Amino acid sequence: MEVWVSIIISVCAASTPLLLAATGELVVERSGVLNLGVEGMMIIGAVTGFSVAQVTGNPYLGALAAVAAGAFFSLLFAFLTLTLVANQVATGLALTILGLGLSGMIGEGFVGQPGIKMQALEIPLLSDIPVFGKLLFGQDLIFYLSIALVFGVSWFLFRTRAGLMLRSVGDSHTSAHALGINVIRIRYLAVLFGGACSGLAGAYLSLVYVPQWVEGMTAGRGWIALALVVFASWRPARLLVGAYLFGAVTIAQFHAQATGIAIPAQFLTSLPYIATIVVLVLIARNRRATIINTPASLGKPFVPDH
Amino acid sequence: MKKTLFALAASAAVLFAGQAMADGHAKTKACFIYIGPTGDFGWTYQHDEGRKAVEAAFGDKVETAFLENVPESAEAQRPIEAFARNGCNIIFTTSFNYMDPTNKAAKKFPDVKFEHATGFKRESPNVSTYSSKFYQGRYVQGQIAAKMSKTGVAGYIASFPIPEVVRGINAFILGAQSVNPDFKLKVVWVSTWFDPPKEADAAKALIDQGVDIITQHTDSTAAMQVASERGIKAFGQASDMIKFGPETQLTSIIDDWAPYYVKRVKAVMDGTWEQVDVWHGMADGNVVMAPYTNMPDDVAKMAADTEAKIKSGEFEPFTGPVTKQDGSEWLKKGEKADIGTLLGMNFYVKGVDDKLPQ
Repeated sequence: MEVWVSIIISVCAASTPLLLAATGELVVERSGVLNLGVEGMMIIGAVTGFSVAQVTGNPYLGALAAVAAGAFFSLLFAFLTLTLVANQVATGLALTILGLGLSGMIGEGFVGQPGIKMQALEIPLLSDIPVFGKLLFGQDLIFYLSIALVFGVSWFLFRTRAGLMLRSVGDSHTSAHALGINVIRIRYLAVLFGGACSGLAGAYLSLVYVPQWVEGMTAGRGWIALALVVFASWRPARLLVGAYLFGAVTIAQFHAQATGIAIPAQFLTSLPYIATIVVLVLIARNRRATIINTPASLGKPFVPDH
Repeated sequence: MKKTLFALAASAAVLFAGQAMADGHAKTKACFIYIGPTGDFGWTYQHDEGRKAVEAAFGDKVETAFLENVPESAEAQRPIEAFARNGCNIIFTTSFNYMDPTNKAAKKFPDVKFEHATGFKRESPNVSTYSSKFYQGRYVQGQIAAKMSKTGVAGYIASFPIPEVVRGINAFILGAQSVNPDFKLKVVWVSTWFDPPKEADAAKALIDQGVDIITQHTDSTAAMQVASERGIKAFGQASDMIKFGPETQLTSIIDDWAPYYVKRVKAVMDGTWEQVDVWHGMADGNVVMAPYTNMPDDVAKMAADTEAKIKSGEFEPFTGPVTKQDGSEWLKKGEKADIGTLLGMNFYVKGVDDKLPQ
């Protein structure tokens, strides 16, 4: 039983950063903006979170700083694409490259230092319940936040007026504009939210997952998050399924390898990608529903006519 | 995405190198192609330490340049050639799969010296290959593991099934079996050299599967941290990782490239550079063991003794009798492995609980 608890906790750790970054990007894309800079914002979050935690000795301050840094970094993207109407794809890619380079520079002095780990919460009494106690009440704060965030975002997008406005901006910015909705302002806020989530995802890597700073430590997780958003057809609940499926298959295939199973390792290591794509494509096989969910203005520039 | 990064990297290389041209080759220029970031605190970090040693040794007579995160594919061709075209006198390509791009570039630029790490192809006279016998250190680690493990099973985090990695796995299990003939080894392939979270996941899975010693052939310190959290022992890789596991690290194989890099750059300066194929080991100071820590004195003594025997040439890890995983005999009693088999090693020896990916 102990082993299973430990395995499930590994799965949560593998899934949380993907879920966080993807949830943020989902909101951004629902507002009609395609920000390919997730990887860059994540790594900025990772380096900021780590360095602030090292300097202050407090991983929570580190995580907060990472949220701020991710949002601040995404502001650059927002300014370029929303105010100056630069190409979103190119700007997003540039943001990733800039983030990877900049983080290497910021973090140079922190390489080779063991970090401070954000410890699990261990809620008294509840976390002592056998098996479920540890799983439900004995994990780190960011894990709970990531789950809350998915439900929060789902509620916001589909149950609130502001969420409806955001979706309408993403579906047809001209109509939204005609209705008097401030398209640019909503998109700015969405991009900032996405940046904050990516920043937190990065901090999860450098403060919880592997408490250390090394250049390029996100190792492509931003791109996986981006892909998850598309395969989840912009639905938060499916994102949860996708991220956890990816995490679970990742961990499961390592266990399969460790038991010495005679399946080629190359196949097993590619399994998380295959399984996630197949399952999410099956879930989204209703083409009409998928089309309805796709933000129609995604990636299209908007210039308000005054 | 990779392409864009790449174009950027290549143009950056051209920029760097352009400056060297302006000096009219007054300086010798040594250039390095890296697989990971210099801040990985593992493989690339150690190569970069070697580069810094070159700078320290020759001061303003030398100029160095490097490119990080160069993918191990045909795409490596462009940055290598960009270096060659723009004034680099000697180019070190520091990962196995730069083998073909390096040899192709060498044919195009006969005046530039190429040094390829861990490979075996030298298709033109201006290509040298160099590597270190890390497996010697792995054997020592295996012996320590067998003494220290309570479960009798160690876990090995492996990157790609290339001979270099397979050799390390085999040396480790042979070392372990020299102490405990029933010792088992579980292997997990992560299909990457550098992905700290993934390396951590692999370590967690191995520990959950009952191993109580972790060793790795990937480049980050993530596994060391996981082992430390879970309260088991581990071996470092490429650098001394003791800071990441003060109570965890047993020892670490430290790659010291500095002596070789300094020597080769000097040879270019003096005009005495010649093609070589070197495979240095503990005896040459290229494979250094970090202090033996977190183990009883008798275990540390055993490790130090084996290390001394390997250094003096009295003992070689791949000495018979050795049985392959399929049960067939590989080396007879007292027989030493030939270098060709070692360099192209594509099979496991007995005791590895894994099917080698082919």
